[in-house]
Amino acid sequence: MGILERMMSKSEQKKVYKKLSKSSIIINLSVIFVIFIVLNTLINTGVLNRYYSTILVLILVAIIMSTSLNIGTGFLGQLILGHAGFMAIGAYTAALIGIALNDVIVNDFLFISRNLIIFIIAGSGAMFTASIAGLLVGTPALRLRGDYLGIMTLGFGEIVRVIITNLEITNGAQGLMGIPRLMTFPIAFWTTVIVVLIIYLFMSSRHGRAILSIREDEIASESVGINITKYKIMGFVLASLFGGLGGAVFAFQGGFLAPVSFGFIKSVEIFVIVVLGGMGSISGAIIAAIILTFLPELLREFDQYRLLLYSGLLVVTMLFRPQGLMGTKELDPKKQIRKVYRFIKKIIKKDINKGSDL
Amino acid sequence: MDVELFIKQIINSLNTGSIYALVAIGYTMVYGIIRLINFAHGEIMMFGAYFAFIIATSIPVGLPFFVIVLVSMALAALMGILTEKIAYKKLRTAPRISALITAIGMSLFLQNLAQLIFGANPKVMPQVISNEPIMFGNIAVPQVMMYTISMSIGIMILLTLFVKKTRAGKAMRAVSQDKEAAMLMGININGIISLTFAIGSALGALGGIFYSIAYSQVYPTLGVMTGLKAFIAAVFGGIGNIGGAMIGGYAIGFIETMTKGYISSRWSDAIVFGVLILILLFKPSGILGKNVKEKV
Repeated sequence: MGILERMMSKSEQKKVYKKLSKSSIIINLSVIFVIFIVLNTLINTGVLNRYYSTILVLILVAIIMSTSLNIGTGFLGQLILGHAGFMAIGAYTAALIGIALNDVIVNDFLFISRNLIIFIIAGSGAMFTASIAGLLVGTPALRLRGDYLGIMTLGFGEIVRVIITNLEITNGAQGLMGIPRLMTFPIAFWTTVIVVLIIYLFMSSRHGRAILSIREDEIASESVGINITKYKIMGFVLASLFGGLGGAVFAFQGGFLAPVSFGFIKSVEIFVIVVLGGMGSISGAIIAAIILTFLPELLREFDQYRLLLYSGLLVVTMLFRPQGLMGTKELDPKKQIRKVYRFIKKIIKKDINKGSDL
Repeated sequence: MDVELFIKQIINSLNTGSIYALVAIGYTMVYGIIRLINFAHGEIMMFGAYFAFIIATSIPVGLPFFVIVLVSMALAALMGILTEKIAYKKLRTAPRISALITAIGMSLFLQNLAQLIFGANPKVMPQVISNEPIMFGNIAVPQVMMYTISMSIGIMILLTLFVKKTRAGKAMRAVSQDKEAAMLMGININGIISLTFAIGSALGALGGIFYSIAYSQVYPTLGVMTGLKAFIAAVFGGIGNIGGAMIGGYAIGFIETMTKGYISSRWSDAIVFGVLILILLFKPSGILGKNVKEKV
């Protein structure tokens, strides 16, 4: 598409992330707190049993995975088909650290629970190894464009899977057992909140805008002095880093890891979430992660149709709504509240007017 | 080094190479025409194998091998045309990433459809080719391999002649070079694209049938790994280039068989993918591909 056409078409106007204003920080934080308190009390009082709290944590994992992939695919505009590889690296690193620390750290330290301490150490390890892998793959790979990059990351994901299957320390194809199951809902929840917040802050910074400009037009952004290689690698490494953290949460949730769960299908599942949510929309990725993790659980009896539905949905979305659920828009609680407020005001006004007529 | 074993490995690698080459041609032809990596191609290959399985098991009269093959290839060709019409046609002008995502979706869809229809468990492929090996001196070669290698090479020669000598082949090359100019010259683009999908899918199905006979089983995920490796073969030879796909197919078959035979069977997949990454890094356009400069 030519630049002129692009400037003229309104649909091309895309979201640029602004710095959060004070009021929206307060509103967003309070919405998050309310959600947390409601869910946490529901879990503590036993209304949501273990099965549902497990699903909740899995949803949080899906949110971390999809928002992190969104940096690479949605914002940077690169096709990444091996995100499960980073997840696997993070998950196995965290699991191995967790197993090693489980006997060492026995007591809570001051106010911090033992689970949290182990998770912080293991999670940092996971982020470290995943981001190293991201750097090693990303540096050469990002010279490639479009489908070639997709194939290369796909190859990377498969290689990670084969390596994990054949290593002894990961216990090969049988899977790694005996990982301490220390993931609690609050830890997973606040980890997710922090990840999403960091991604938002990053996207609203100078670096984030540079990354968005690369997606829109690589050549144009290069010619205005943006260091394309640097920002591409930055985006890629950030995506892999949080992908590794998602893997860490996943590892401590299930207590068991097998290489089969990190195959090409897993990468595609994460990718589908990003595409359906709208490439380049954080809230879209979150909403799609919730729907696509929860829906299959509701349809447990139709388990065999689950992937058929997934893939059919993907094709239909691409054919009829290629921009996904949210496009590049974001859900802003402040705006929603304002809308509701105006709506109520209108109704009240109408009522008052009616009243005066009578 | 054991010479007999080595010759056997060479024949094995020719066999797997033929299958990869047949499937890789489908990837490369479609890419050449509409610049799309047709991820669903591996699934068409799998369906081809299932078609042969159904025909061979449901009809009590022992049909000759060629009839089974031809009918399944025709069915697969029809399926390829339908996939294009349903999923890809609308996206011809869309951004390439959308078409690619659709292809991935289509691939998963067909795979799960097969799982629903035929069940997830592998089915035993009937022996449509006599399993009595042919002896070359001391070396026994299964008849299936003879069929696979000779038929693949024959078909590839035919395909090359078709693309180089016939009118339709010429039109195909024209469309792959410049779609709009070809249209202005009075070439029926939709027809040519359908033809490409039909030929590619038929050859893919043939590869699938040979694969399933060689391993004597059919299963819904048959197309995933084989399809990926065939795709690597297409990239190896230079995607979009038919001759490249053939060379790439035999090269990947050779690399895989030799690592399985002499290094480690557990690491062979990693090595094949490693080869892919190395090619992409150092010569992304493949052995025979041309370097395309990006226009501003």
